[in-house]
Amino acid sequence: MRSGGRVGLIMGREMNPITYLDFEKPLLRIEEDINLLELEQQQTGQDLSGEIKQQRARLVAKTKRLYSHLTPWETVLVARHPQRPLITDHIQNIVTDFCELHGDRLHGDDRAMITGFGRIGGHKVMIVGHNKGKDTKERVACNFGCAHPEGYRKSLEKMRLAAKYKLPVVCMIDTQGAFPGVGAEERGISHAIAVNMMEMSRLGTPIICIVIGEGGSGGALGIGVGDRVAVFQHGFYSVISAEGCAAILWKTHEQCARAASALKFTSKDLMKLDMIDDVIPEPLGVAHRHPLEASQALEKYITDTLRELKRPKIETLLKRRYDRFRNIASFFEAPSDTEKAKNDKPRVKKSSGTKGRAGSRSRSGTPSREAASSGRVAESSSSLSTSSATGSSGSTGSVRRRTNGSTP
Amino acid sequence: MKKRDIPAGIWDSCQSCGHMVYLKEVEENLNCCPECGHHRRVNARTRIEQLVDTGSFVEMFADLAPIDPLKFKDRIPYKERLKEVQKKTGELDAIVVGRAFIRGRAVVLAVMNSDFIMASMGSVVGEKVTRAIEAAMESDLSLIIVTASGGARMQEGMVSLMQMAKTSAALAKFDDAHGLYVVVATDPTTAGVAASFASLGDIIIAEPGCMIGFAGPRVIKNTIKQELPAGFQTAEFMLEHGFVDRIVKRHDLRRELARIIDYCGK
Repeated sequence: MRSGGRVGLIMGREMNPITYLDFEKPLLRIEEDINLLELEQQQTGQDLSGEIKQQRARLVAKTKRLYSHLTPWETVLVARHPQRPLITDHIQNIVTDFCELHGDRLHGDDRAMITGFGRIGGHKVMIVGHNKGKDTKERVACNFGCAHPEGYRKSLEKMRLAAKYKLPVVCMIDTQGAFPGVGAEERGISHAIAVNMMEMSRLGTPIICIVIGEGGSGGALGIGVGDRVAVFQHGFYSVISAEGCAAILWKTHEQCARAASALKFTSKDLMKLDMIDDVIPEPLGVAHRHPLEASQALEKYITDTLRELKRPKIETLLKRRYDRFRNIASFFEAPSDTEKAKNDKPRVKKSSGTKGRAGSRSRSGTPSREAASSGRVAESSSSLSTSSATGSSGSTGSVRRRTNGSTP
Repeated sequence: MKKRDIPAGIWDSCQSCGHMVYLKEVEENLNCCPECGHHRRVNARTRIEQLVDTGSFVEMFADLAPIDPLKFKDRIPYKERLKEVQKKTGELDAIVVGRAFIRGRAVVLAVMNSDFIMASMGSVVGEKVTRAIEAAMESDLSLIIVTASGGARMQEGMVSLMQMAKTSAALAKFDDAHGLYVVVATDPTTAGVAASFASLGDIIIAEPGCMIGFAGPRVIKNTIKQELPAGFQTAEFMLEHGFVDRIVKRHDLRRELARIIDYCGK
């Protein structure tokens, strides 16, 4: 099993050929040791089980250690790992009676987007998600998970159908972004994504959005507006790809790792920034080594969350969904001193929640520095700190509380 | 503080037809080339001056300033970049919002400023657009947004991406309230802004020749490994494919907006 050193056995279980990333090489060495020991045991009849057990334990420990300290760039590589479970794997593992629906009623079927009915843990749901494809042929057919406008329109069509029959929607996000091509522009990719976000914000049924691998900017957000937004532990969700960011800001592709760190898009960072509600833990280190367990973690998250989301009245749910996105902000606002202060009176309170988020994000006494940097008067800093003290009420606070309860 | 986005020259060659043009004449011609009619980019303050009834603009939410949620640093820290561009433009961020009259019709107007980090949408832009929508809803006025943007502001990371969802959700509410929302797409309306509020207008107007699109042309070219068709991602291209309602010359904008408001506005 030493073909180029890239392929080996996984945990001595199935004969799955696995791709090893550079930083995963230490695992390959231990696995090869285990294989050799097993082979020796088989051939010589010697009892090496003690040693094998020891090596296995070493492997588990090493795996856990390795994946608990991924750099942001390594996270990108893991999220894009060729063996990482895709939507099709999750459907196979946890969805019973999956009934795929293809029609967007407008242009054609986009293989980069899968939609259909299914049952997850007893809940009937509408499943929507990007498909990257398993093998080369499938990957080409679905443009490596980069959807066209028809994909987004198909998803919206099916989400509306779900709302009509009161089925919750589960969105599995896994894309580098919407497809950058002539056809996509001709058929209005901007429009398709924008309309999706607008309609999802008022769709009368619970929506859960989960980044199962890559969350690539607008292409991800096109099916990313919901009551809960979760990211798999080693998934990421970013405004721009690290490569794109490096190319624009550093004018070179070599700075991907630096760009990846700067963008703060790992699940941990997104949690800290309050951009997502939950992180779904990956089993024993990482999903691509334990796809079934990863799917089970996903199933548990979906069923738990659905139970929670089905409880409130739909109006309450929609209001919370709206507030969840409405309150995402980080800015500094000096108290207005013009006549419009009067007009804005009701709004001041509303924005205090937002400012609370901003304030809490830039804790550690930054307000005064903010004030200085934007050329504002120093007294304005006091307004920020007071508002941040009061601003933690309302939906923002509830997001945080819930989040803390279910984080690994 | 008044800003003019014209270089400190008296003559300049037109980016479109190459003619040497007298800048004062261009300015008097609403920043369009007197030879070929090419619409030059204008900054937010100039645009407002050109668009609204003289003296009717009352700015709102002027005190919102960006902060640096990610402590982002590329070749220079984001904070320094902000300070630099704030000094250069005299603006706190890339959008100006206010109430105004256009030919006597009261509107809420938001104008993006491509001089400010290519009018990228960070948290301040997202918040001000959302507040403009809310203001229009509360006061039952028509909303006009003059868009121009390079997309989401990557220095603010996911916070800026989420502004797409936030503005779209706010527009859903405005739509439910039967508010009139007119987009005036100007050069360049792209990426995250194109894929959110700039595509959601009840009426979408575009200036002739302006760029409108989602993905950058270079990215598309690299992906499909082919030359892009002529006129790709222009206002005319978008009109042809059904994503723009009217292409309106800058000189006619006021009249056209007033006309639309008379049909749909309250």
